[in-house]
Amino acid sequence: MEITKELTIPKLFFQQATKYGKDRVAMREKEFGIWCPVTWHDYFENVKYISLGLISLGFKEGDKVSMIGDNRPEGLWAEMAALCARGVGVWLFQDCLVDEVKYIIDHSDTRFLFGEGQEEVDKGISIFHECPKLEKIIWDDPKGMRNYDQDYLISLKEVMELGRELDKKEPDFFEELTHKGHGDEVALLFYTSGTTSLPKGALLSHNNMLTMGKHLMDVDPCLDTDDYVSYLPFAWIGEQMMSISCGLQIGYTINFPEAPETAQENIREIGPHVMFAPPRMYEEMTRRVQVKNLDSTWIKRKLYELSTKIGYHVANLKFEKKPVPFYWRLFEWFAYMIVQKKLKDHLGLSNVRNAYTGGAAMGPDHFRFFHALGVNLKQIYGQTEVAGISVVHRSGDIKFDTVGHPIPGTEIKITEEGEIITKSSSVFLGYYKNPEATTSALKDGWLHSDDRGFIDDDGHLVVFDRTKDVFTLRDGKPFAPQYLETRLKFSPYVKDSWVIGNNKDFISAVLCIDYQVVGKWADDKKLNYTSYTELSQKPEVYDLIEQQIRQANKDLPDAAKVAKFTSLYKELDPDDEELTRTRKLRRKFVEKRYKDILDAIYSDADMVHIDTTIKYEDGRKAHIKTDLQIRKAID
Amino acid sequence: MVAANEQNKDDVLLELEDIHMSFGKVKALNGISLKVRKGQIHSIIGPNGAGKTVMMNVINGLYHPQKGGVYFKGEKINHLKPYQRAKLRLARTFQKVEVFGGMTVLDNIRLGRHIHYKSGILSGALYLGKSAKEEREHRAFIEEEIIDLLEIESIRSKPVGMLPYGLQKRVELGRALALEPEILILDEPLAGLNLEEVEDMARFILDVNEEKRWKLTCILVEHDMGVVMDLSEQIFVLNFGNMIMDGSPEEVQNNPEVIKAYLGDEELYSTRG
Repeated sequence: MEITKELTIPKLFFQQATKYGKDRVAMREKEFGIWCPVTWHDYFENVKYISLGLISLGFKEGDKVSMIGDNRPEGLWAEMAALCARGVGVWLFQDCLVDEVKYIIDHSDTRFLFGEGQEEVDKGISIFHECPKLEKIIWDDPKGMRNYDQDYLISLKEVMELGRELDKKEPDFFEELTHKGHGDEVALLFYTSGTTSLPKGALLSHNNMLTMGKHLMDVDPCLDTDDYVSYLPFAWIGEQMMSISCGLQIGYTINFPEAPETAQENIREIGPHVMFAPPRMYEEMTRRVQVKNLDSTWIKRKLYELSTKIGYHVANLKFEKKPVPFYWRLFEWFAYMIVQKKLKDHLGLSNVRNAYTGGAAMGPDHFRFFHALGVNLKQIYGQTEVAGISVVHRSGDIKFDTVGHPIPGTEIKITEEGEIITKSSSVFLGYYKNPEATTSALKDGWLHSDDRGFIDDDGHLVVFDRTKDVFTLRDGKPFAPQYLETRLKFSPYVKDSWVIGNNKDFISAVLCIDYQVVGKWADDKKLNYTSYTELSQKPEVYDLIEQQIRQANKDLPDAAKVAKFTSLYKELDPDDEELTRTRKLRRKFVEKRYKDILDAIYSDADMVHIDTTIKYEDGRKAHIKTDLQIRKAID
Repeated sequence: MVAANEQNKDDVLLELEDIHMSFGKVKALNGISLKVRKGQIHSIIGPNGAGKTVMMNVINGLYHPQKGGVYFKGEKINHLKPYQRAKLRLARTFQKVEVFGGMTVLDNIRLGRHIHYKSGILSGALYLGKSAKEEREHRAFIEEEIIDLLEIESIRSKPVGMLPYGLQKRVELGRALALEPEILILDEPLAGLNLEEVEDMARFILDVNEEKRWKLTCILVEHDMGVVMDLSEQIFVLNFGNMIMDGSPEEVQNNPEVIKAYLGDEELYSTRG
């Protein structure tokens, strides 16, 4: 398929819906325990009526439509309907707090807000009067909505009913509408998560999105018979790229899980052919395997160890691009038959041809783990501002410390200061209402990323870290804290880690335990605890973590070893602004917030007293009083 | 909501009339009378050992009172056994969860649906046309009305014994709802739950009480005063087998005798936020 400047997402949508019609399943959603298919014909009809319904409600060209809610067909229909009506789509993270919702709705000049159900509608209602441009809130899940009678609320059914009426009056209107428009028009207004500042709205055109999908599919083609599971937030560019940019072009089936909690189970049922997720999803899978392994019988553990050894050996040969001797192939087959086949099935990875990860750094340990399992996991490098990705590994040419080569139509350069800059047809149009940020990001058509990196001898891009996050160690060498953080996270007991040590005498780490895994470990050891805070401060848990850190320290140069650590009394949380919505650490913020702890670590203290209040999601506050130990992890 | 219920003032669904119940020399219930009106949430409160659970067991048919009458829709049901009362659409949950730990969530809920099955053992085993159709209808009911309502999709095929306590309580509620009851007895549904679970459970109780699909009359035995005051339309206060009063939440809160016997002082009200 060729992407011309004339082509827009609605035009392509019309073509595909006409091509596949009633014969092909466009999407599936598990409802009431059954996978319910939606054909391309149904998809088209639903989008048509929502789109016309919006127009009946007074929607005008260029209007912004915001969407908030879990991944479900209605969310995608609403987005497509907004685009078909020549509007601009804005996605919010499902778990956004009211303030964030208000900022984005207000900043984007949203007129129509699609919320899933009561929770989203409540958020909408609480900001309605502070956002003068917002006119209607549309909902689709009736649960709990019986007592709402605000006149600006309207159900999706009613909107579609309005659309049907308009369609009866003007039957050709919608088709004509979808054929208007140009590829350079704005399709999406995408708010970046921002590790340092307020979110910025990146304007992405139809052409940006479509060329993105085309270039990725040129590298790793998908088939229209493939399955994809959409369970990561639509407000994350990666999910948009897979569901809209690639999904629409290829025509593969998009599957929606029954509920966020069932996603893992549903992925297993579907067995997708392609997968794109941030590292934390893969980290979770790794943790699950490790924990289940610890929990299983002796014979199973031994077989697992054996097959992992074989897996690692073969994976290493492949990394080094050496041929795999036939007897190792035999061992590999053996490992596959006895362990890996089952394991991949449990993780839903049986059919995966290409699995991608990006959005944050993934540690080499996790990366190698998946290759040892025979999963073709690839790193990508991308950002919202290029509508997805710009660099990806090619099959058979994978290095775990790089992100691979630029995708077709994309140029990557390193500036003299070491910053990665990108040029491609997918580079965004600019930030909404923020010309200063636009000029500093876009120079002569080159997108400046603020990421530091270099291109290695094989032409692979190596991404170092955010420029401002790179450390200088005591021996004067630059060092990326993320490398150490991901390494610490390879332990199943550690959920989050934060490494400190820029221009300091030694490196230290603040860790968050995985409540479930450590909780289970404590149960087995018959340790009593009632809360995360209490469990995290048990001396036995400190012993456990110390062991994990010593393990991670093993083959690191002395200057890069973690010397001291403490276990934090709470989990890091996006609601407390410690992490971004995509779960990246906001260093500046945590450094300020936990200054007491940092000061104590870099003094002779072996204890720091905490007396603080924490705020729960619903606004309640709790008082926490505890003593954090500070432990040494090197002798 | 309140206005709607006032219309049904005389619509008494369940009535206890002068119930006396003793165990040996212990007088557990001493001439208790209670009228539960259709569509209401009627709470029973009282200190530990006041006789609340005994009262529920009398309604449910696990105990037979020595004196007094239990009426359901005006008919005396004293002689009926618990399963016969279940057939009249009287369902309950228990203070300490009484689920079948080795069975899955779905099977536990299906069990509550059992009294609605019309086909016999043989046709059920052969899964012939009619019984297959019936099975499908019940399955749809359980999935669409119960699992969706209680948000337990992710655990439907897990053995109940493996689940945390809060979810077990939810499953038990699901089993009671599968009966499609007209009156639902909830014996301390919130005991032992954490704050988030309490909020969820309170929402479910309100849902089944208010949602058009259910419109259940509920008898709620509970210690969590915050929730009781918020949810109930009528509160019955029991102390050592005697009724202290039966009135609206405001009346109960202002009654000096109640305050003395049970509520103690203001502090106790705010057990939760």
